[in-house]
Amino acid sequence: MIFHKNKHLVLHSLRAWTIARRYLITNGFDGALTMLGMVTGFHASGMTELPVAISACLGAAIALFISGLSSAYLSEKAERENELRELEQALVVDLTESDYGQASRYLPLLVALVNGLSPLLLSLLILLPLFFAEQLQALPSPPFINAMVVALICIFSMGVFLGKISKTFWLWSGLRTLIIAIVTVAIILFFGHSL
Amino acid sequence: MTKIRRLVLDVLKPHQPNALDFASALAGLGPDYHITLTVIEVDKKTESTMVTIEGADIHFDDIKAAIEKMGASVHSIDEVEVYGTGPT
Repeated sequence: MIFHKNKHLVLHSLRAWTIARRYLITNGFDGALTMLGMVTGFHASGMTELPVAISACLGAAIALFISGLSSAYLSEKAERENELRELEQALVVDLTESDYGQASRYLPLLVALVNGLSPLLLSLLILLPLFFAEQLQALPSPPFINAMVVALICIFSMGVFLGKISKTFWLWSGLRTLIIAIVTVAIILFFGHSL
Repeated sequence: MTKIRRLVLDVLKPHQPNALDFASALAGLGPDYHITLTVIEVDKKTESTMVTIEGADIHFDDIKAAIEKMGASVHSIDEVEVYGTGPT
């Protein structure tokens, strides 16, 4: 019944999902690549103090969350308000209480949450090997390498997701994003070792 | 006491919801509502439509509220068919 009553609002939400999906990938990729860059940098510099590295990475993740949340909310709200104003002018009515009005109020929040949470959650996922470094001591590789592997898996998965969206071959799409990540790691390692 | 059997409304609506969703939403307002929606003119952001509602007892206020909820507006009532059900 609730769905039926808000059917048109749900339809607006579904249209907003395509925008949110774009933000999910864009900012998620940003977050994952930033974390990959940071853990690679820490590894290249020979950093051994995990709490320092975790604090730095968490700081960056929170900054990405706030930046993603606020930038998407402000830009999406401005876009929606402009769209609503144009539609109001065309229809010569006040649409504040209509589904359009409600959508222009709630959808920026939804899109902002997706844009903010995607880099934060991906960053936290990538940082898991650092959080659980003690428990993962049995692994032959050091925590930073483990975090880099998780980051590469995340980035590859996003490429696969992109492939599914664009209905192209998922493996090629995943490999493309993975190559971008590997090139990033190579550049960071090059500069990290030459400094 | 009167009841409305048929209403023809001139409605200006945005492109979304489309004609099918729009008409279906109106049809869902009454158990026997029969809706005919004809798109008269398509503009850049709007569509001029002629909406015909038929039913045993049409509630205009509910129809108007639903139309406005979907972001459209009733420009005029072009045709009505009302019948009396006895003295009030």
